[in-house]
Formats: sequence, structure tokens, C-alpha cells
Amino acid sequence: MKKILECSKLNASYDGSDVLRGLSFSLNEGDYLCILGENGSGKSTLVKCLLGIKAPDSGRIILGNGLKTADIGYLPQHTNLAAGFPATVGEVVISGCLGRRGLRPFYSSKEKETARNAMKRLGVADLADRSCRELSGGQQQRMFLARAMCAAKKLLLLDEPVTGLDPTATSEMYQLIGDLNKNDGMTIIMVSHDVVRSLECANRILCLCSRDHSFFGTPEEYANSHISSRFLGD
Amino acid sequence: MTENIRLMFTPEFFRAILLPALIGGLAVTICSSLLGVTLVLKRYSMIGDGLSHIGYGALSVAAVMNLAPLKVALPVVVIAAFILLRLSENSKISGDSAIALFSTTALSIGILVSSKAGITNDVSHYMFGSILAMSKSDVILSVVLSAIVIAAFIFLYNRIFSVTFDESFARATGVNAGVYNMIFAVLTAVTVVLGMMMMGALLISSLIVIPTLTAMRICRSFRGVVLTAGTVSVVSFLIGMFMSLLLNTAPGASIVIVNVFFFLFFSLLGTICRKRS
Repeated sequence: MKKILECSKLNASYDGSDVLRGLSFSLNEGDYLCILGENGSGKSTLVKCLLGIKAPDSGRIILGNGLKTADIGYLPQHTNLAAGFPATVGEVVISGCLGRRGLRPFYSSKEKETARNAMKRLGVADLADRSCRELSGGQQQRMFLARAMCAAKKLLLLDEPVTGLDPTATSEMYQLIGDLNKNDGMTIIMVSHDVVRSLECANRILCLCSRDHSFFGTPEEYANSHISSRFLGD
Repeated sequence: MTENIRLMFTPEFFRAILLPALIGGLAVTICSSLLGVTLVLKRYSMIGDGLSHIGYGALSVAAVMNLAPLKVALPVVVIAAFILLRLSENSKISGDSAIALFSTTALSIGILVSSKAGITNDVSHYMFGSILAMSKSDVILSVVLSAIVIAAFIFLYNRIFSVTFDESFARATGVNAGVYNMIFAVLTAVTVVLGMMMMGALLISSLIVIPTLTAMRICRSFRGVVLTAGTVSVVSFLIGMFMSLLLNTAPGASIVIVNVFFFLFFSLLGTICRKRS
């Protein structure tokens, strides 16, 4: 197993207060990590550090196997972005290829192909010419996941991908993410609030419990630890 | 009316007044409609309006102090654009109230200074615009500006889309969204100052906002909105100019009214299309 990501002794602050202190964990290729934690526990700050948008105060994030931060496929937290915006699904999905373009101004036919494949993979190919204003919540998230696939070489970083979806769409989304992990060999990092579901589908759990305390290990270890009792309620 | 038409096509009038107005006006129109797409979709519509009032204040002060108007107004408005953009990004202070605060302050200073000094004629030009009095240097500046804006929209099109649609994703894919916001602030500031001299401080924000809103009534894609907004604004400008010369109406207001007419027409068209599908 090749190491794809390693965080060592990461310290980061948000608005002047420390939110991450001495955080260390590492992931292998093909891992499925769920990041748990209450609001304000530093999940979003960690995501920003991983994406290279924010520099940690100290500590290091090492990407393995030739991966660059721009190769991480990112699905941002649910926003009302698509609500009033005139853009077709095709336009949104191909914008995922932007990170690997360097300074060339236009998309090549290879990148158009990448976008088409991503849309097919996520079942939104027949929506390519539809405006994203007309999509349902589930279709929108699949569109954004397709965009993330365009950017991703090996690693997908999903920030609360099921927020705002109805139960059916939520199940479909988990199914799809699981598929991408198993069949397409994608390494998954998912920020989640759903502890039970996370324990079912992930093979690694990172819990940012309090400022000085974090848990990293397998779901079984997490379920047996005293930290989980607060979330699982037994 | 026929007298007006005859006058319009005398070579002297055409070369000295109409041609510079048409060239400069078209250039500013194209810039404001293209930049407007991003500003409207990023919900920064009011920035254009705020900047024009700040520009009005700066131009009034320049007129009273006998300084070259553009040399004072351009830097002031560019700096103001930076500040307003920063405020809009900063969630602690609400962007729209900050704009209201800045723009009314600048407007009041402008009115105060010019009324005290007793110069109202020059300054009222900036309130209502005077497209038929564009100087040669204004025209050249407008053409250079529009060349930059059009080139930016062709070569940076995909990045502009990404930054406009989803800034956090754009940042994650390595696009430096901050730089693009800055470029937009500068281009918008220059467009607003030039547009203000031609359309007036009161009307320039309509050139920025209305074409995009019009295009959004019928277009599904971002590309469609950009192209339609540009086209509609150019057509509205030409019709409005012609109308104002023909009927002796104020050019700026005529152009805005034509724009509004297109907006209503496209809204109707959009409703009919949606009902059918």
C-alpha cells in the first residue's frame, strides 16, 4: 500500500484561536476516511489546509505518489450556488479540469473527453445541456461530484456531501461514493455529521473531538473507544 | 425631426461629435456589460452604483480645485473598488451597507464642495453625463480599456467562469481567485469612471446590471449570457443614441430606457418559452 497523504503535528488557527493542535494521521491509497467532529472543531480549517488554501501555522502535510494539491477533487460544502446561476451542467463539470491546465486558455479535446466520462460515470450525461437551475438537489450534488472527478487523479475530498438531500438521494450519494472508492480506486476523505453511516462505509475515522484531543483509527477502534459514546449514545 | 436627421449626417457634425461619441460609447458599453455579468452573478451589483457616486465626489473636488478630472477620479475610484470588494468579502461588515455608507458620503462631499465653490455646471455633467462632449483622450482610453476587457474575457474565459460560479472550488483547483477579484475591481473602476462621464453617475450602474439581467431571462448557459448581454447592450446603445438625436432627448436616459425595454421583452419571451416546454 502506498502512502497518499501524511499530516504530521499540524497546528492551525482560525480567527486567532487555535483549532487544530498537534494533529497527525496518514492515509494509504484506496482508504476511505470520514472526518467527524462538532461544529467549530476545526473540520473546515483542516479541509482548507489539505487543499492548500490555508497554510498551517506549523507541522506538515505531505502528499505522496506524485500528487499535487490541485489534483485533489474537491466537493465544497452545500451552498445555494446553482440556484440562480445561468450555467449548463456541462460548463460546470468541465470547470473541474481547470486546475491541471496551467496557463493555457482553452480546454483541449482530451479534457472535454474527461468531462464527458465523469458525467457518464455519475449519471448526469443526459443533463449536460440543462441549466443547473433546473436540477434537483441530488442531481446537483452528482454534478458537483462529476466536477470533482475531473480534477481528481486519486483523491476526492468531500465536505458534507449529503447536506440538504432527501433520504433517497442521500442513500444514492453514499452508494455512489462507495462505488468510486471500491471500483474506481479513489481515495476518499469525507467530512460528515452522520456517525452511524460513517462507521458503516469508512475504513478510517478521524474525530476532532476537542482542541487537544483527536482520534484516528479504524471504525471498530472508534466504536470501542470512550469518545464515540458521546456521539453514538451508549 | 427631419432637420435633426439632416444635421446628424453633415460631415462636420459626424466627424467632430458623433463619431467619437459612438466609438467611446460602444467601447464603454461593451466593457460594462461584460464586467456586469460577473458583478451581477457574484451579487456585487451595487458596487458599480457605489463607485459611480464615489467617482462623482472625486470629480467634483477635482473641478473645484482645477485639477484634471480623470487624474483625480481614476485613482480614487480604483482604491474605493479595492476597499468595497474587501468589505464585501469580509463577512463581519455587511457589504451593501458599507457601499451605501461610502457612496453617500462621497456624494455629499461632492455636492458640498461644488455648491460652496459655485461651480454647478461642470459638475452636473457628471451627474447626467455628456456623451456628445467626449474628448479625444477619453475616447482613446475607452478603446484601450475595452480591448483589455474583451481580451480578458476571451483568454481567461474559463477562469472567469470558475471564479464567478464557485470561488472556493476555484481556489481549491489552484486558481488565484484573489488576483481575479483585484483585476475585476480595477477594470470595473475604470469602466465606471469613463461610463460616468458619458452616461452620468446616476445611470452608469444600469449599463452594468440590466444587460445581464436581460440575458438571464432566456439563456441557460454562462456563455449564452455573456454573448447575449454584450449584444443586447450594443444594440440598445445604438438605438438609444439614434433616438436621442432624433427626438432631442438626453442620450444616457434614452439608452437606459431602450435597455429596460429589452429587459421587459426578454422577460416575456422567457415566460412564453418556459410555458411551452
